[in-house]
Amino acid sequence: MAEVGRAAPVVRTARVVLGRLGGAVFVLWMVATLTFFAIRLIPGDPAEAILGGPGSQTSPEALAAVRAEYGLDQPVFVQYLAQLARLATGDLGRSYSLNQDVAPLLLGQLGGTLLLAVLALAVAWLLALGLATWSTRGGRFAWYLGSGLEIVAAALPHFWLATVLIVLFSVWLGWLPPISTSGVSGLVLPVLTLAVPLAGFLGQIMRESLLTALESPFVLSARARGEGERGVRWVHVIRHASLPAISLSGWAFGSLISGAVVVETIFARPGLGRTLLTAVTVRDVPVVVGAVLIVAVGYILMTLLTDLAQRIADPRLRAR
Amino acid sequence: MSGELGVGLGGLGSPEAAGVTDATAVRVRNLVVGFGPQGDADPVLNGVSFEVAPGECLAIVGESGSGKSVTARSLLGLAGDTAWVRADELSLAGSDVRGLSEQHWRRRRGRDVGLVLQDALVSLDPLRPVGREIADSLRLHTRLGAAARHARVLEVLHQVGLPDAANQMRKRSGELSGGQRQRALIAAAIALDPPLLIADEPTTALDVTVQAQILELLASLKRAGTGILLISHDLAVVGRIADRIAVLSEGHIVEQGPAQEVLTRPEHPVTRQMLAAIPVDKPRGLRLSPRAAAPVPPASTSSAFASPAPPAFVSPAPPAPPAFADHADRAANRDIVLEAAGLVKRFTRPDGSEQLAVDGVSFRLERGTTLGIVGESGSGKTTTARLVLALTRPDAGEVRVLGQPFSAAAEKQRRLLRPRLGAVYQDALSSFDPRLSVEQVLRDAVGGAAGRGRRGGAPGSGDTSGSGGSAPTAASTTASTTAADRLRVLELLDAVGLPPGLLGRRPLSLSGGQRQRVSIARALASDPQILICDEPVSSLDVTVQAQVLDLLDDLQRELGLSLLFISHDLGVIQHVSDQVAVMLDGRIVETGAAARVFAAPQHPYTQALLGAVPRLGF
Amino acid sequence: MSDLEIQAGLGRAPRAPRTARASRRFGVAEVLAGLFALFLVTAALFPTLVAPGDPLGIDPLSAFQTPSPAHWFGTDESGRDIYTRVSHGTGSSLLIGTLATLIGLGLGLVLGTLAGMLGPVVDFTVNRFLEVLFAFPGLLLALLFILIFGPGVATATVAVGLATAPGYARIIRGQLLSVRSSAFVEAATVLGRSPGQLLVRHILPNTLAPLFVLGTLGIGQAIVWASALSYLGLGAAPPAAEWGAMLSAGRTYIGSAWWMSFFPGLFIVLTAVSATALGRGIERRMRHA
Repeated sequence: MAEVGRAAPVVRTARVVLGRLGGAVFVLWMVATLTFFAIRLIPGDPAEAILGGPGSQTSPEALAAVRAEYGLDQPVFVQYLAQLARLATGDLGRSYSLNQDVAPLLLGQLGGTLLLAVLALAVAWLLALGLATWSTRGGRFAWYLGSGLEIVAAALPHFWLATVLIVLFSVWLGWLPPISTSGVSGLVLPVLTLAVPLAGFLGQIMRESLLTALESPFVLSARARGEGERGVRWVHVIRHASLPAISLSGWAFGSLISGAVVVETIFARPGLGRTLLTAVTVRDVPVVVGAVLIVAVGYILMTLLTDLAQRIADPRLRAR
Repeated sequence: MSGELGVGLGGLGSPEAAGVTDATAVRVRNLVVGFGPQGDADPVLNGVSFEVAPGECLAIVGESGSGKSVTARSLLGLAGDTAWVRADELSLAGSDVRGLSEQHWRRRRGRDVGLVLQDALVSLDPLRPVGREIADSLRLHTRLGAAARHARVLEVLHQVGLPDAANQMRKRSGELSGGQRQRALIAAAIALDPPLLIADEPTTALDVTVQAQILELLASLKRAGTGILLISHDLAVVGRIADRIAVLSEGHIVEQGPAQEVLTRPEHPVTRQMLAAIPVDKPRGLRLSPRAAAPVPPASTSSAFASPAPPAFVSPAPPAPPAFADHADRAANRDIVLEAAGLVKRFTRPDGSEQLAVDGVSFRLERGTTLGIVGESGSGKTTTARLVLALTRPDAGEVRVLGQPFSAAAEKQRRLLRPRLGAVYQDALSSFDPRLSVEQVLRDAVGGAAGRGRRGGAPGSGDTSGSGGSAPTAASTTASTTAADRLRVLELLDAVGLPPGLLGRRPLSLSGGQRQRVSIARALASDPQILICDEPVSSLDVTVQAQVLDLLDDLQRELGLSLLFISHDLGVIQHVSDQVAVMLDGRIVETGAAARVFAAPQHPYTQALLGAVPRLGF
Repeated sequence: MSDLEIQAGLGRAPRAPRTARASRRFGVAEVLAGLFALFLVTAALFPTLVAPGDPLGIDPLSAFQTPSPAHWFGTDESGRDIYTRVSHGTGSSLLIGTLATLIGLGLGLVLGTLAGMLGPVVDFTVNRFLEVLFAFPGLLLALLFILIFGPGVATATVAVGLATAPGYARIIRGQLLSVRSSAFVEAATVLGRSPGQLLVRHILPNTLAPLFVLGTLGIGQAIVWASALSYLGLGAAPPAAEWGAMLSAGRTYIGSAWWMSFFPGLFIVLTAVSATALGRGIERRMRHA
């Protein structure tokens, strides 16, 4: 095969990263555009919504003042450009219901949600890896039990799991608080609620790749060199088993954020999810849009990081 | 270095082995291995006995399912959790290994015996540098420090002939070439200099020139005193380095003896059949398989069995042929059915750079003859096949079929010509719609052909009297069309030597040979004049390969087919071709009459290829 | 990635420890899942057959009863029998799940087919569009939809369908592309088949056959999501006997009457598990048939 102008690995990686960044900016722009025009579909006058909904008695003067303040009297396209310009400077607008700027409001909530998500992700990984490892070496019974547990775990809705955990650990045993207090004990139940279903998914993926790796010739080679069961697992198999699970991080992030909406509500824990749900209920458009945009940015960052992590973990990707 | 230590450790488990000065690297007596319940009447291995002395190479040869790999694994205690292993004697480096605990087995593996598997791309951990894989056995069995391990890795890489070892050991298996990583895999197996090296199909995934190098490396290890147990499906390959050969069939060793004896004076029918099936140096037209399933009455074929020694084959003319097979006849009939002129195909790699897969390929296929295209992996031969079949568009050049434009025509025009071309692929299974049964596959092919090709006016060249003759009058009613189609399907099945009982089966449930026969039947459905065969026998056992090659040969005579036969296997190409084209890096580097190219190759690459072909000559 | 793509990917490579033969027979899990599914369908079509009582019948005297032979799943704050309510709620929960799945599958089919059939330009455009939709992960797309059209059973159903559509679209597109470039379609091309024949005989059947499995897997997921919306007060509202709404109603009494939340939720979980088991089973059977 004739080689025609093949780029150096560094250049290749740089090109890939730049390409991904460009793609990310494009997706963000489209997300902002889509939400902007989707909001136009809301029936009723936004100015009325700002002033407390269609039911409230508002004077034409007040409406006009609000329209001027929010730029609602401008043509749609001008409003769209103004919105993009504001978003580019990090201005997410002002909440209808809380009379507060959206950006600082949401950023203040972000920390708690991220803490919850990161902890849940870590716990889910440990649970999944432990279960997959145990069930692939404990014989047929362990295999069926393990895979059964994973399927059930993956099917558990957050709201029901939270309820069961609260009944079990707070009401009956009284070990843990039913609402999320600031201490560590208040984090246990919310983190478990988020982690268990995620672990169900990750565990199924990991078991698949674990089995594939265990049956692969390089494991036979390693055993033929005298490598023991533990060595086979820690030196060889675990990296192969982790790769597909790493590639799911973007999805896991989304799943955790969805879960956070429910979990933060049930455990009365302040955070992005709960704020988002409240805003949807009272139709506080700027807050919802702001939260959606922040989650989209998080998702995009996560997929970028996943890409990089995969290239680091799997040298075969770097060669491409 | 490890022999005495091994005895000492083995002594823990088996006192009688201690102190015995046994020179054999491995000794096996009456080995029985099964996967069913203990005492199963039908074990996978049933009473296998052999031994390998230091500096000796024993080859165990058998077809798929014969129990070769289980043998190799049993010697390492790696037959699997569900397997049971029994033997009257099973000793490594002179000490008994029967009933060893897993922990004791671990101390033996890598030190008393090393294992080399088929494809180093997946037999070395693709995520780890090969140097660390090689150093693993040192880490597990010695107390060498990091620096000493590093030095030993370099040393052993040097021993296996990997140049620039200091750099290569930092690469992963995917970053090395096929030959380089196979060397690295061997280095990992011999890092502790074990007295026995088990090589399970060590060259099967390699190109023929690389295969020759790896065999030479194994031979040099043998000369240095390592006992080698070579496991292979290919008698010609093992003939190169084996001192003794054991032929394994259905769990039994049916024949065992000095290599020369087994290869020149085979006693058991299985051995004879395998030897007769090897296509290298067998002239065109000579049958490779026993008669049983052949559709055409034989001209004279018993010679294939009676005298397997190659020299006898050089002189006799091919069996007296019916109409088309005579070489002189073919030469006189200078009728070009397929022509490729200046084909070029570029591919863009994911990183944007360009690759010339096919670079100015031209050839002509004469009616009733076979043009063999041979090349190693990446030479562009499969892309050429796809260009000829108009599955991909050439960037330059043209393919003409029966004198009419083919690649340059619009697909609609081309579709009228397509029935004239049949195709047989390497992976027959994936070429069948997974939802369809054999009957549906063939009916689809027949139905389409009836709709366009046969009734479209273009006359079939063969003797498809069955439906071809009776269908036209009754073609108006669908019922009789269906009946005629059914007849034709049965006829096709019969032509490729398959029983009608297979009609209801899915291709998934057929054997590899049966699938390839169905694939050939499908290709014949439209009465083609040309068959494009892309590696049609590459994934088949050698005896099945022989049957399929014989079948293609019979069909060619019977139907006057012209074959474009693409393969990496020079032996196959030599056997089937009238004309040969040798491909390298997308170009045809040498072309000519098969007899001339194989007798007096001009291009250095052809010479290298031919020099590397394993053959049975002594 | 979406939940569905993961589920579908897992179903595609079913593995059990060295029991190749077992894959042809019905497993215990599949039989149990099948029986439960049968119960659900019966309860959905003829609720009085499995639970003769009135799901809305108030009986203040027997409020908050623990599970007993008289009230298998206990009673709620108004003395309504939970078992009766759960059984009678099956219909609406299954209907919401099925409709949402059909909406998602339908939208996915349109987008995926467009991308897979109409050439690289359309494929590129649809792909970018899907990427944008995937940036609204999980429930986010559904929440945005509800923000615009307001809460309620109908919007919740459509919202779940909409939120699952990108996952279906990507699976269908991938399936279509892999079938189109498969060796057997090439083989049929070589035999001289026209694009129309290829489409009807090979491409469509092989693309659409897995949709049944996808749908089965998807219904479980859709029921979970729809009941989550109900639970959050954005879908079906109490006193409707929809599972999510029942859970939501039970939330107030979580400390005193756990059964009010437990049993409706248990039915959601069992439904989702059964759907997974059945989907995988069908997949395996199709593969080995």
